[in-house]
Amino acid sequence: MTARPGRLPLEGVRVLDLTVVWAGPHATQLLADWGAEVVRVESTQVIQPNTRGRLVNVPRDLAGRNSGWSNAYPDGEPGERHWNRFAIFQSHARNKLSMTVDLRRPEGVEIFHRLLQVSDVFIENNVPETIEKLGLTYQELIKERPDLIMLRMPAYGLDGPYKNYRSFGTQLECTAGHTWLRGYADMDPSHLDDVYMGDAAGGVSGAFAVMLALRHRRRTGKGQLIELPQAENFLPYLGETILDYTMNGRIQGPLGNRHRFMAPHGVYRCQGEDRWVTIAVGSDEEWRGLCRAMGDPEWCHESRFATGLGRWKQQELLDGYIASWTGERSGEETMGVLQAHGVAAGAVLDDRDIYQDPHMQAQEYFQELVHEDAGTHSYPGLMWTAKNTPNRLRTPPCRLGEHNEYVYKKLLAVSGEDYTELERAGHIGTGFGGHLG
Amino acid sequence: MLEAAKLMAQPETALTGVTVLDLSENIAGPYCGRLLADYGAEVIKVERPGTGDASRRLGPFFHDEPHPDKGGLFLHLNANKRSVALDLRSAAGRRLFLRLVEEVDVVVESFPPTAMQSLGLDYERLREVNPALIVASISNFGQTGPYRDFSSAEIVTYAMGGPMYATGLAEREPMKLGGNILQYQAGAAAAAATAIAHWTAEETGVGEHLDLSLMRVQASNQDRRTTMMIAYQYTGEVCKRRGQVAQRLASGVRPCSDGYLHLIGDHARFPLIVEMIGQPELLEDPRFKEPADRAVPGRGEEFDEYLIPWMLERTKREAFLKAQNHRIPSGPINSADDVLEETNFRDRGVWDTVAHPATGPIVDAGRPFIMERTPWRRERAAPRLGEHNREVLSGLLGLTAEEIGRLRQGGVI
Repeated sequence: MTARPGRLPLEGVRVLDLTVVWAGPHATQLLADWGAEVVRVESTQVIQPNTRGRLVNVPRDLAGRNSGWSNAYPDGEPGERHWNRFAIFQSHARNKLSMTVDLRRPEGVEIFHRLLQVSDVFIENNVPETIEKLGLTYQELIKERPDLIMLRMPAYGLDGPYKNYRSFGTQLECTAGHTWLRGYADMDPSHLDDVYMGDAAGGVSGAFAVMLALRHRRRTGKGQLIELPQAENFLPYLGETILDYTMNGRIQGPLGNRHRFMAPHGVYRCQGEDRWVTIAVGSDEEWRGLCRAMGDPEWCHESRFATGLGRWKQQELLDGYIASWTGERSGEETMGVLQAHGVAAGAVLDDRDIYQDPHMQAQEYFQELVHEDAGTHSYPGLMWTAKNTPNRLRTPPCRLGEHNEYVYKKLLAVSGEDYTELERAGHIGTGFGGHLG
Repeated sequence: MLEAAKLMAQPETALTGVTVLDLSENIAGPYCGRLLADYGAEVIKVERPGTGDASRRLGPFFHDEPHPDKGGLFLHLNANKRSVALDLRSAAGRRLFLRLVEEVDVVVESFPPTAMQSLGLDYERLREVNPALIVASISNFGQTGPYRDFSSAEIVTYAMGGPMYATGLAEREPMKLGGNILQYQAGAAAAAATAIAHWTAEETGVGEHLDLSLMRVQASNQDRRTTMMIAYQYTGEVCKRRGQVAQRLASGVRPCSDGYLHLIGDHARFPLIVEMIGQPELLEDPRFKEPADRAVPGRGEEFDEYLIPWMLERTKREAFLKAQNHRIPSGPINSADDVLEETNFRDRGVWDTVAHPATGPIVDAGRPFIMERTPWRRERAAPRLGEHNREVLSGLLGLTAEEIGRLRQGGVI
């Protein structure tokens, strides 16, 4: 046993990444952040929706300013090489490598098999039948790589009645019971917008699962298949709601910004346009802190607010009082005053605010990365830090096919002649077009 | 019993031979501990004598009877763990704790950031007795920075770390997510971080101190926030809440006869939607023919005149199955009773029944993922406070019954 100063934990682990959209890429991102060599296996022939962009030719008006996060490009311009500039992709692709191969052709599959021989883990989150059609199932792959670790992250399962059901995080959260619990309590669910905590949950669990399998392989030499149905992975996050039903027959509904027993609890308007602060009061001590922070107004001493239950019953009235106080100050100021009095409070930070937030700056959370096609920008950093292992984002989001030379020539020892041939055949490339099938 | 021979007899699990002291309370830390326990680690919950984990006092309670062993949250998060009631505020308790630290691989803690130090149990002290130890510290805002000592809550974490500003309707206040899911997410992230650090520690003998901040986990999540932050960097535009009037074409939540379905039928999927509702001729309708036609404001409402009547003739489940038959991403908005009735979850065996002496058998969500060779396991229900004092102290530290009796009398355990 020897220390490995300056090395990241997962150096020496190579991961083949056939993931799309968010959940799978989130899993490989965490592994890449901590040192794994993650090789994205991509195609110059097919653009994966919501991964490298929506379309091969992006209409200018679909991607302008105000197009929202789901279609954002630097300066609102898709640009010539828009697949290297798409914000959704850039959010997870740092620290990863990109190679291209067309897996729909036999020689492409052959290349994938060769890659597998020099890799430890294969991760994908496609609809199960996609992987079956490509012949890349665990049962097939272990014929040539018996100790393979393969993580599959379908929406609902590799078998079962919903096997090939299509879903993003937002829909599987509906089925798993999260969506019913969120949103304005006085409106029906048709007002709900899309959230994707299912993707975030799947990504983190996926990285955990791979680590478990790596350890088992180190101890026993044996690989394995991991099936991570994203809907099932989300169910434990709702455990207390499920148990309230299985123990008590109670069907919990949406609470909006309120809480089952804390009060006051919510979001309050602050000075300025669309500025808000969140406040959550649980104990009597926190209630007294809130009152002191507000200058101990007379209404604080009304007997109906003296107990937690009283406050919970009168929360609408309380919310009005509190909002008239928060409305006269900024969110940051309100947060500071309340925190100084021991009250849980936080300003609602928009995308600009969080970049300017003194706490995130002190932790050096954001990091500047220089990207050949996207320019220089500050990117969100590591999810957690480790005291004995200083770590930073190492490389910018990988450009399509950026690491073809390394992967083909170095990892697979492909000759220059064969490399040229694979380029000509449309396997190797750095852009879409020419060979679109 | 924790004797080596007993452990050897166990089938190999993913975390065979890994022992964890779980000092954490509430949700995030305990979920980390539960994930480690469910995949084979020996997880010993170290609770304060008398009161134990704060979540023992949180509902929903079995039959709504407040009781430290009947809280649904506690039962859910602490299955498979053993409990030792140990007073870390007493010198004898801390000595005992340090002896336990020598024997284990991981400590999970969720105290306020300065608490371990004031107990004299900070990472530097713990690594002296066990250099290979992983300490996973889970806190609201992290171990450093100006907000280090701030209080937080689910809604506060979402406001600061998550995309709360862009969640909800433009006309109204920003909206939190359901339940306590951000705290679960931080727990899952801590489990991943622990497993990664342990991978190195097992090889090199060098441990780690992991700093998990709930705010930072949220900010790093692939639930829109990272993309939104990058979109802001790229365009200078801040993502805002969507106006209620802007109905997206054939996408979002739509009513059915008995509830609601979420579906995505815009862009390339539009031909699938018109096929699903049996009106393929709408593809030739000048309002919907080309992508540019369909992008005209108000088209979503116009198309709803065809879509919603079709939906209202079907239950959410019928509409879901139809939509999926047409390869349309979709999901029914299920409440807890619907979730338990979902054939897919039931047929695949996701539900797990665990019997606690205080409650009898209870159905709970089981495995988050299936490992072929090192399966998820549920060996015991959540422990009573201090249930395993004797077992752990004699098994792990070799204390005699007499020594344990003295500790009990002294109020240390």
